[in-house]
Amino acid sequence: MSQVVTPTATVPGARTPRRDIGLKKRYAAERRFRAYGIAALSFGLIFLFVLLWSVVSKGYTAFQQTGVTLAVEFSEKIIDPQNQRASNPQVLLTANYPVLARNALANALGVAQNDRAKQKELGQMLSDGVRSQLRDMVVADPSIIGKTKTVTLLAAGDIDSAFKGQINLSVPQENRKVSDQQVGWMNKLAEAGALAKHFNTGIFFNGASSRPEAAGVGVALIGSFYMMLIVLVLSLPIGVAASIYLEEFAPKNRFTDLIEVNINNLAAVPSIVYGLLGLAVFINFMGLPRSASLVGGFVLTLMTLPTIIIATRAALKAVPPSIRAAALGLGASKMQTIFHHVLPLAMPGILTGTIIGLAHALGETAPLLLIGMVAFVANFPTTPMDPSTALPVQIYMWANEAERAFVERTSGAIIILLLFLIVMNVGAILLRRRFERRW
Amino acid sequence: MNMMTEAAVEKALDQRMNDLSYKMIGKDVSVYYGEKRALFDVNLNVRQNTVTALIGPSGCGKSTFLRTLNRMNDTIDNCRVTGRITLDGDDIYDPSIDVVELRARVGMVFQKPNPFPKSIYENISYGPRIHGLARSKADMDQIVEASLQRAGLWNEVKDRLQESGTGLSGGQQQRLCIARAIAVSPEVILMDEPCSALDPIATAKVEELIHELRSNYTIVIVTHSMQQAARVSQRTAMFHLGQLVEENDTDKMFTNPDDQRTQDYIMGRFG
Ligand SMILES: Nc1ncnc2c1ncn2[C@@H]1O[C@H](COP(=O)(O)OP(=O)(O)OP(=O)(O)O)[C@@H](O)[C@H]1O
Ligand SMILES: [Mg+2]
Repeated sequence: MSQVVTPTATVPGARTPRRDIGLKKRYAAERRFRAYGIAALSFGLIFLFVLLWSVVSKGYTAFQQTGVTLAVEFSEKIIDPQNQRASNPQVLLTANYPVLARNALANALGVAQNDRAKQKELGQMLSDGVRSQLRDMVVADPSIIGKTKTVTLLAAGDIDSAFKGQINLSVPQENRKVSDQQVGWMNKLAEAGALAKHFNTGIFFNGASSRPEAAGVGVALIGSFYMMLIVLVLSLPIGVAASIYLEEFAPKNRFTDLIEVNINNLAAVPSIVYGLLGLAVFINFMGLPRSASLVGGFVLTLMTLPTIIIATRAALKAVPPSIRAAALGLGASKMQTIFHHVLPLAMPGILTGTIIGLAHALGETAPLLLIGMVAFVANFPTTPMDPSTALPVQIYMWANEAERAFVERTSGAIIILLLFLIVMNVGAILLRRRFERRW
Repeated sequence: MNMMTEAAVEKALDQRMNDLSYKMIGKDVSVYYGEKRALFDVNLNVRQNTVTALIGPSGCGKSTFLRTLNRMNDTIDNCRVTGRITLDGDDIYDPSIDVVELRARVGMVFQKPNPFPKSIYENISYGPRIHGLARSKADMDQIVEASLQRAGLWNEVKDRLQESGTGLSGGQQQRLCIARAIAVSPEVILMDEPCSALDPIATAKVEELIHELRSNYTIVIVTHSMQQAARVSQRTAMFHLGQLVEENDTDKMFTNPDDQRTQDYIMGRFG
């Protein structure tokens, strides 16, 4: 309006003395507030750094594995003494391969064949995994029988630990896992260049094993991957659909209020309760297999849904009403308005919520323990119905192992879990960028 | 009008319902927001190819009335409309009327420019696309160009049709919104304070545009600026406290209004 009457308080030109409004105090308060903020931030950063440091410093050695490179003679006398392999392939599977490896080691160190005690100690220096390693070589190519090949064999977990300097060698021999004799051999082999550390691919690809040197998170990785896939595929559409319905279509009444309160409550329910629910519903009632990543995925989906619904509703609410009005005013239907305009604008928020929910689910252990995913699974799950474990559960299991070599592997698995998380988050950020750039 | 008897008013209105010089006719329109009544039996007719200005103090129900004309009130929870509103003689609140189609015929421009956060091209093409107005890409290009031409924006944006509509200046955004409304070839365009967020130059451009649009469209505009109402409209309706005080030729309204309250409002004595 043109004729707006202004209040008559200020007369131009008249200098009224200024009231003291405490400007100094205000600035001081602001400075204090900033200091608090910076202090809180540094506090958080320090803890993050300490956490990362402790995990990485303990765990990086898990990505190296001690191996012994030896000339192994695939002696026919040991593998197939009666020469039956043409008629009975079974002999190749059951042959005494560790002896081949032990003999190779004895050769390298010049230990006599008939020194039983020393031979036994020698055998303990190599991993049990050499059995399958050599067997696989022979089965793949039986013609190597009778020949001598240079093979890098896995050292036993204790030798691995000792070689990495993780075993205190100053304590008396009886109180530690490696004998002085073995340490002597180890050093000799290392000098000769036969014993060396290699990159540990096994930790990524192997399944569970009671021998730390042969144990890996392969099964757990696959299990976690399946579960994340199931959680994503189920909870994102269900959660988004539920939020859209609740936010845009549902009438606002007591009943929907009740639903809203309950969804918020569900987000705060301890995760182990979801595990119990999954046990009761999916395993006992629906008869799905135990330890299966399918069930794990279902349970984690239930757990993630409230998070996604809450985030999605907040994102939908944040879309300016003027955009809806613009679309509706053009004659777009409610559906069109939501799917053409509101949802794309809410997408970054929805993705953020989803990734938080997924990250949460990825690190969840308690509910998985209840549905039997805390199992010793050595075989790779091919479908989500097969038994498997999950990364955090694997970490939990390794943390309970006694061997020194499992300590570093526990931290190593944590590093892998963190990497998994980082990959997921980066993926989400890239996706969000794409959506944001479109607008 | 106050002199007439109920029956006479009734009869006159019924006659008008069939009068084609009236594009839209509102009869006894009342609007309730929950318990609160925002409009009291408003009888207001909108003439074909005329700019009708709605004026009145803040909160008197101008926007509310405007929104009843394309049923944007439907989107507000607990909003209830009674009475009869016709478009070319058809009751727009009749269940047989499709609100999507209605809004394609009665477009709206809002107080705050609200382009979609998409490209300028997509802003214009969205309406024609959902209403199936373009058969081909070339068709669509043509609609986009024509709409922008009409809204007087073409020369300013023709080189950056793929840039975001939100990157335009406020005045350009508002003209983009007008172009967007025009693109679906509406018969009536409702404008709720379209210039309130614009500077005088942009306002002048929009007013000029309204002037040109008048030959093809029927326009209802809410404005707080008496000068603007006087400049762009041929008919003016004055609302006060949810009631229609007076509806008259704009010239008469601003020189010699029938109602004292109109006089007071126009003279700036309240509002
Ligand atoms: N969504 C709503 N819910 C409840 N009451 C509303 C709503 N919208 C408007 N009202 C009320 O209806 C009355 C008329 O409002 P309206 O927006 O039509 O006024 P207006 O004349 O457009 O005012 P202004 O010039 O300030 O825009 C006001 O008392 C207002 O408080
Ligand atoms: Mg208004």
